[in-house]
Amino acid sequence: MTTVHPAETADAPTTSPVLAVRGLSVRYNDVQALDDVTLSLDAGRICGLIGVNGSGKSTLFTSLMGLLVPQHGTVELFGMPTAGARKQGLVAYMPQAEGVDWTFPVSVVDVVAMGLYGRLGSARRLRAADRAAVDEALERVGLADLRRRQIGQLSGGQRKRVFIARSIAQDARLLLLDEPFAGVDRASQTTMTHLLKALRDEGRSVLMSTHDLAGVPELCDEAVLLHRRVLAQGVPSEVLTQGNLALAFGPAASDDSPPASSSTTPEGNS
Amino acid sequence: MDIVAFVLEPLQYGFLTRALAVTVAAAVVAAVLSCWLILMGWSLMGDAVSHAVLPGVALSYIIGIPFSIGAFVFGAAAVALIGIVRSTTKLKADTVIGVVFTALFAAGLAIVSATPSQIDLMHILFGNVLGVSAAEVWQVLVLGALTLAILLFKRRDLTLLAFDRTHAHVIGLNTRLLSALLLGLLALTVVVGLQAVGIILVVAMLITPGATAFLLSRSFDRMLVIAVVLTVAASITGIYASYYLDISTGAAVVLCQALVFTVVYLVARPDGVVWQALRRVRSRTGAGSGTDRPTAGSTATQAAPAAMPRSPGAAARGDA
Repeated sequence: MTTVHPAETADAPTTSPVLAVRGLSVRYNDVQALDDVTLSLDAGRICGLIGVNGSGKSTLFTSLMGLLVPQHGTVELFGMPTAGARKQGLVAYMPQAEGVDWTFPVSVVDVVAMGLYGRLGSARRLRAADRAAVDEALERVGLADLRRRQIGQLSGGQRKRVFIARSIAQDARLLLLDEPFAGVDRASQTTMTHLLKALRDEGRSVLMSTHDLAGVPELCDEAVLLHRRVLAQGVPSEVLTQGNLALAFGPAASDDSPPASSSTTPEGNS
Repeated sequence: MDIVAFVLEPLQYGFLTRALAVTVAAAVVAAVLSCWLILMGWSLMGDAVSHAVLPGVALSYIIGIPFSIGAFVFGAAAVALIGIVRSTTKLKADTVIGVVFTALFAAGLAIVSATPSQIDLMHILFGNVLGVSAAEVWQVLVLGALTLAILLFKRRDLTLLAFDRTHAHVIGLNTRLLSALLLGLLALTVVVGLQAVGIILVVAMLITPGATAFLLSRSFDRMLVIAVVLTVAASITGIYASYYLDISTGAAVVLCQALVFTVVYLVARPDGVVWQALRRVRSRTGAGSGTDRPTAGSTATQAAPAAMPRSPGAAARGDA
């Protein structure tokens, strides 16, 4: 259960970190998905969450969104329980490509408008100012010309940018991005890197899971190496050492988790 | 016989105009709901709810209350029961649905068989649209209008729920409540549709129009319009076919819906089977091979239906 600290929420919302996870443990039936994870993230920071499949990255996201009850530990966003941050529209989530039904009959502009639903009336009708916010978000990610496209008709990189535009329209302060660079070509990767840095410079925070180790030092201010527990966290250059990566990806981890695909092994990036 | 006489002749009979009103009203509501139902992956839920109302209908006749009350109570109970069993076991949704609805359907059959003289089972199972009273017509129209109004008012939230439940949760919407709303409206729609085509075939009205419209649309609003237009056409054609060919009304309406689906499946552009085959032939012969636009749903995207496991979001989807 999440512990509530009324004193903290009332007195010091500005000084609280954007994200504070303390001693978080999550168990699915027989599997310990997260074990005593503690991490925090301040405003205006980009943090890369690194680990193999099954290392608990998705479980951590799920916990941050308040979608599961942890065994132990607390999760606070902006100094309050997750539900409060959600109600205020402070959090945005970008699903993995596999988590989206790309045949769904929605257009780019429809999806971006969904970012605003939390602060619209109960029929979710868009007013002129809301349409302007949607247009501006589309401009920023460079998808204004494709606004009428059905989402399945976009390239991999364009698909990702739709969801970033949605969080911009929402004006979220914390962006949770699940594998934002998977299936994205080089050009789009550069565009998105610039975009995420610009969002950071506006004081927004980004927590993104990634397999792309090479891109981490370039984009991220911080990195967290996860394998059910936090193996290392801090400045990317200090986290992504051979020794640490061997712990996360190498033989030490291979007995219970398959290593990541060949393009993401630490050898390929050394 | 000229066209005008062809159209007007059946309408001289009060029972046929009533049948037409009930069928078209029920079909419109069901078609609108079906658009969300098929995108949610809840088609089987429609089947379950429609069968599960049988004991409610039977008990209503015995007690002497409007059958819609009993049907709605048991439809809602079935949904609740499925939800409870699902969240307290490791069983998959389709398994739980199968266990619950067959049990309720069997209970309904048992009740009917214990009171044979009072209830015409055939009418409940296969509809009795030619025998509806004026009062029953009003019941259908009022319930149908209410269901339709709620569906259209909440259409953006329901579409968001179907498309990205995790996002709905993250921006602070109550996804459980929205799921419950959609399921409640499903139960209401089943109640409305029972009069027209009966318990067994109402599920066709809950699935086929949405499925047909899905093949033809890239936007949800268009999908709604197409589903409604096609279902109205199929319903009217079905009623006339049943009059002139002297076949079961419910069967005729559902067959017309299936016919529309078949035509769309075959010739709709660009995903229709006929066009796909033509493209294959053309690309094999070399002509026009470079002109084919990549389209949504034509190739790889089709392999990612709503039933894919959705990683963190998957946890949010289990509360139906």
